[in-house]
Amino acid sequence: MAVAAQAQSIEEQRKWEGSIDQLRGLVSERAMTGETMLLNMGPHHPSTHGVLRLLLELDGEEIVTCLPDIGFLHTGIEKSLEDKSYEKALPLTDRMDYLSPMSNNMSYSCAVEKLLDLDVPERGQIIRVICLELARCASHLVWLGTHAIDMGAMSVLLYAFRERERVLGMFEMLSGQRMMSSYIRPGGVWRDVPAEFLPTIKQFLDDFPAKVDDYEALLTQNPIWKDRAQGVGVVEPDVALAHGMTGPALRGSGVNWDLRKAQPYSGYETYDFNVPLGEHGDVYDRYLIRIQEFRESMKILNQAVARLETVKGPYRSENRKYVPPLRSELGQSMEAVIHHFKLWTYGYDAPDDEIYSAIESPRGEIGCYIHGTGANKPRRVHFKTPSFIHISALPVMSSGYLLADMVAIIGSVDIVLGDCDR
Amino acid sequence: MGVSSKLGNLGVVTTTVEQAVNWARTGAMWPLLFGLACCAIEYMSSQASSYDLSRFGMELNRATPRQADLLIVSGRLTRKMAPVVRQLYDQMAEPKWVISMGDCASCGGVYNNYAIVQGVDEIIPVDVYIAGCPPRPEQLLHGILTLHEKVKSERVADWA
Amino acid sequence: MEIPAARDPVSAARDAFGDAVLHVKQFRGETTLVVEAARLPEVLDFLRVSSGLVYNMLSDISAVDYYPEDYGDEFDGADGDYRPGRFAVSYHILSMLYNRRLRVKAFAAEEDPRLPTATVVWPAANWLEREIADMMGITFDGHPDQRRLLMPDDWHGHPHRRDYPLGKETVAFSFNEAEIRKHKPFAQN
Repeated sequence: MAVAAQAQSIEEQRKWEGSIDQLRGLVSERAMTGETMLLNMGPHHPSTHGVLRLLLELDGEEIVTCLPDIGFLHTGIEKSLEDKSYEKALPLTDRMDYLSPMSNNMSYSCAVEKLLDLDVPERGQIIRVICLELARCASHLVWLGTHAIDMGAMSVLLYAFRERERVLGMFEMLSGQRMMSSYIRPGGVWRDVPAEFLPTIKQFLDDFPAKVDDYEALLTQNPIWKDRAQGVGVVEPDVALAHGMTGPALRGSGVNWDLRKAQPYSGYETYDFNVPLGEHGDVYDRYLIRIQEFRESMKILNQAVARLETVKGPYRSENRKYVPPLRSELGQSMEAVIHHFKLWTYGYDAPDDEIYSAIESPRGEIGCYIHGTGANKPRRVHFKTPSFIHISALPVMSSGYLLADMVAIIGSVDIVLGDCDR
Repeated sequence: MGVSSKLGNLGVVTTTVEQAVNWARTGAMWPLLFGLACCAIEYMSSQASSYDLSRFGMELNRATPRQADLLIVSGRLTRKMAPVVRQLYDQMAEPKWVISMGDCASCGGVYNNYAIVQGVDEIIPVDVYIAGCPPRPEQLLHGILTLHEKVKSERVADWA
Repeated sequence: MEIPAARDPVSAARDAFGDAVLHVKQFRGETTLVVEAARLPEVLDFLRVSSGLVYNMLSDISAVDYYPEDYGDEFDGADGDYRPGRFAVSYHILSMLYNRRLRVKAFAAEEDPRLPTATVVWPAANWLEREIADMMGITFDGHPDQRRLLMPDDWHGHPHRRDYPLGKETVAFSFNEAEIRKHKPFAQN
């Protein structure tokens, strides 16, 4: 009986009581008279990369405008963070941009470090760079596979995920978790790299460039791929800037802006790498940029791994007011036990002030705004996420193109709905 | 002279209707191509080369619920998404099964807050719950095999 | 092309707007400019187009709620921080040319919080402001799209306000299990 009543109430809730007048001013006047068609795409659609709903206004096959509707994955992460101490909030940040959790950890950790004025030792920074670049590879591999499958190339996914498993295996080696690693923490990283990590990553670095060549052999000169991608979803540089786009989507339009170069963090200024740029700002250029970013990441990783072998020392800050002591210290030092207890029960106080810190994630600038309370919990944490910005720019990217191009455009900006809705 | 003469004597297999039907149902249980959050990425990993769900007759994901047998709720379910998932479930044809993949789908997981449905069993019946945040592909495979066991134990009397 | 020398955003804004710049704060190398709410779009547009400033990109807009008592006239904490209203909205803007950031902040009152929209300056402000309107309940006057962004249309309240409960489901014990099970009609034993 209860089940039937529940089903009945769900049936009632599902009735839509809106009217088309709600959309007046947002879609063109032609839609009001039924001259153009309003079409729902999503939230369950195979190629919206998650639970994105697009309300498309179509003139025949041509997109007049589109109204993205998000929030189907709004998780309340920012609100939940206000309820936790700074250290314990970290695992929630993993789950925003679930294709590159390391970048979220880094963004949050950088912000907390800035708020506390906390230093990170050199070895910790090198390990962070390795993690971030591996995360970039893993994230771009998912993008490559899903983008290709959206455009009809099935086999790329199988190749891309084969390599991704190796990266995830390395993350598991570091942190014990394949995806949600919570490895980068305020003050450094959780633990030192295990002994078997270096041989594994070296083997990966030896193998991977040839695999990238394989992906390129499948796609770059493929006539079908070029037909679908070239000249589609063009964004002019000034439009991209006005809409706040960042990352490969901005660089595809030829704007040379990469936070790793412009506002370096974690020692990126000491690595030798290039920032690939596009010319036309179309889907194909954004594809080429990400492919080249694989190679640039390999460059950074090679340098970082070489440094990791020579630079020894602590991998997280020695400031015991903010960073928990090593487990080995607990048996010998009473002070370490006190710090350990304090940090894992109460946490630490942060100033009643605000900071904003941004890093370059695989998708673009991911910024973290923290306002402390003076106590152990933040007053407000806000993440500026690239997917949010890019989805808001979808209408300008897609208008005038065909319905089938929508899928290519969504794929090319590499949106993650968890990143967008938080 | 059809195929039998070329293959030789195929013989006769006797079985019960239950076993034959359940064998067919478990051998080709088509999942709905549907992902919510992080677990969907692990679900994709299970589909891909390393774990290869097609070993269990599940390589074919149907994008429409009308043709799917299995709904894998992979990820956190928000209050805004809940009516959509219920509608997808209602549109699936009987017999249908549901796997709740991951902590968030099973019980809300780490998100105990206003936005998340605290377990998909608030809106749809679930056959198998898989723990993990996110579960490894092996865990998903184990969950699917557990569901197969459950389906194989179904009786004619329950089908009605 | 000759790049004009960088100007100090604080003195430039003070010269141009005088009393509309209410407060300036430095913290960890970040400059915060508190401006009068009514003149916010003007100030932002000035910072965007003036030579020597060129804050051409809007990075982020974030709102903060000082509920319950960390604001108002009697508030004196945090190194004399200036907090005249309950809600503050921060515009994080970035100058790519001079590679620096600036935070422009405006306050809104507790009763019927309102701010003028910055969508006329940057289209990127559209969704960022809609998110704040949805989650914090601050109305942006002149915003082209006043619908909710993240929460369902029929949702009551603004979840990111500090006085909005987190909405936890409590842990099930024998005394409250029946109450919790009531919400899960399809859960099997």
